[in-house]
Amino acid sequence: MDVQSWTYLLVGITFSIYIGIAIWSKAGSTKDFYVAGGGISPWANGLATAADWMSAASFISMAGLISFMGYDGSVYLMGWTGGYVLLALLIAPYLRKFGKYTVTDFIGERYYSNVARVVAVICALLVSFTYVAGQMRGVGVVFSRFLEVNINTGVIIGMLIVLFYAVLGGMKGITYTQVAQYCVLIFAFMVPAIFISIQMTGNPIPQVGMGSTLSDGSGTYLLDRLNGLSQELGFADYTQGSKSRIDVFAITLALMVGTAGLPHVIVRFFTVKKVSDARKSAGIALLCIAILYTTAPAVAVFARTNLIETVSEQPYESMPQWFKNWEKTGLLSYDDKNGDGHIQYNANATTNELTVDRDIMVLANPEIAQLPNWVIALVAAGGLAAALSTAAGLLLVISASISHDLIKKVFKPNISERNELWSARLAAVFAVVIAGYFGINPPGFVAAVVALAFGLAAASFFPAIILGIFYKRMNKQGAIAGMVVGLSIMLFYMLKFKFGLFDGGKTTVASLQENWWWGISPEGFGSVAMLVNFAVSLIVNYFTPPPPEDVQMMVEDIRIPQGASAAQAH
Amino acid sequence: MKQKTTHKKHYWKQNLRYLGILLSIWFFASYGAAIVFKDTLDGILIGGFPLGFWMAQQGAIYVFVVLIFVYIRLMNTLEKKYGVGD
Repeated sequence: MDVQSWTYLLVGITFSIYIGIAIWSKAGSTKDFYVAGGGISPWANGLATAADWMSAASFISMAGLISFMGYDGSVYLMGWTGGYVLLALLIAPYLRKFGKYTVTDFIGERYYSNVARVVAVICALLVSFTYVAGQMRGVGVVFSRFLEVNINTGVIIGMLIVLFYAVLGGMKGITYTQVAQYCVLIFAFMVPAIFISIQMTGNPIPQVGMGSTLSDGSGTYLLDRLNGLSQELGFADYTQGSKSRIDVFAITLALMVGTAGLPHVIVRFFTVKKVSDARKSAGIALLCIAILYTTAPAVAVFARTNLIETVSEQPYESMPQWFKNWEKTGLLSYDDKNGDGHIQYNANATTNELTVDRDIMVLANPEIAQLPNWVIALVAAGGLAAALSTAAGLLLVISASISHDLIKKVFKPNISERNELWSARLAAVFAVVIAGYFGINPPGFVAAVVALAFGLAAASFFPAIILGIFYKRMNKQGAIAGMVVGLSIMLFYMLKFKFGLFDGGKTTVASLQENWWWGISPEGFGSVAMLVNFAVSLIVNYFTPPPPEDVQMMVEDIRIPQGASAAQAH
Repeated sequence: MKQKTTHKKHYWKQNLRYLGILLSIWFFASYGAAIVFKDTLDGILIGGFPLGFWMAQQGAIYVFVVLIFVYIRLMNTLEKKYGVGD
């Protein structure tokens, strides 16, 4: 069977599974809709969290990014896993004990203020929308390459599927589809990685293969070979990277803290029965994530070495079929500058003839390594699973923020359970449509902004949540001031150094690099904004009155696991 | 009642102590070994891996996973001891 038939078959089967699960797990109450009735087992929640977390960016883009960044790519590996330590130790158990429906709910109740709640809702919507647009785009890319449909049709099909199971099943439907999606995506990621690892190093474990000797009998270590190739072509040493250490530090911190502050991740821990289950499912989630995250750097090394060895100084005419396929999508292009018919690939912009989009490395990898057709199709199904699972989680946050936090808690407190459930569904429809719109008409900055969503989460939520749990005297004035200042300074830095808004537009961005504060890039600035948020919160808090007695009691209460399951029994 | 309150206090204090220790390990494994001391550790080779590079792309992640499971065990024991579990 050819690749396309295999893809239709595998994507068809996986999509039917997702829809079947949605019908089986229809949400009957708001509690079902927001937190899956609060009765998810830690294993199911761990798997669902892992799928929720690993987006199109993790599955499709990350290994590709790392393969072009080398050591610098470690910021993603550590940043997107280390945040789970913060989640498991500092956030998940306490928010589970708090036991409401959303993160914004926690901010609203803990800081006894609807102003705090609305500020938090704005942060949540900002973070979630930027993030979800990137997912829909990922769906479109996979569809257009593997099923050869128009990218917009791909986005619309993706929208309809997500709409169906998110609107019908709410959190309950999403949770069980995410469990299925985790299985699909991890299988799809591991199979080609293991194949290629055996091919290149003879070791079936990619994590070990990455540090082994090549199987071509030369006895050279794979990483040494890659460093050698990189030097020859004028790139930085793969194991060294080229970013400054302070920037690596700052970006890693921003991503870690941002991860721990992302509403769609935190809310998953509201769905388990007990506080100890929240901790346990965070551990299981990270374990599941680590399988992919420790394989990705190996895939990056394999892909990079394979790519260079396949194309460098080779005649264009002899390029394999995958090269031509990706050329058609425009994600790979060759420009024979010196007219010799060979491909010169190097770090020098004036003589380099090959442009490779980072996003295609994972998708093209099985083809580059000449793996069987079903493996290539499997990767397409895995990419879709990763994008859809994350999109669904984000849509739920958007819909819950609107129906629960804005409508129920601020505008219409008397709304009936039935109507709240309907407004949650309507809000989900509305969110899907907006996400789809941005997927079809991506504002040029989507990719850039997805990385910055972490900065925004780090700058706004993280300090407010941590102080809310660990500092009893923290009051609303401090928290609100901290969130507003943290978010503003982050937005300012992003607009200034990422979009050149104050210095004459995008073209000036590169030249502004020298003016970065302390040499920290916009991607890493979330860590500075977070510290500013902490500082402002504590200073304002010092000069304003302590929170009321009942709020302090509540803080005491969330620190002790006892009674979490009792509250469960309505 | 009185005893219960002191139990809760002890529980919280011990929890904070665990957090301090585990988060220091978290910090040193990632920001220390994989970033600040990366170049020094790169002098040590494990198979084909320079150690600092390995910490950044593999080791730190393994440490993170282990840390969470250690915390789960510590807290389950602690909660049993003070009778504050759920």
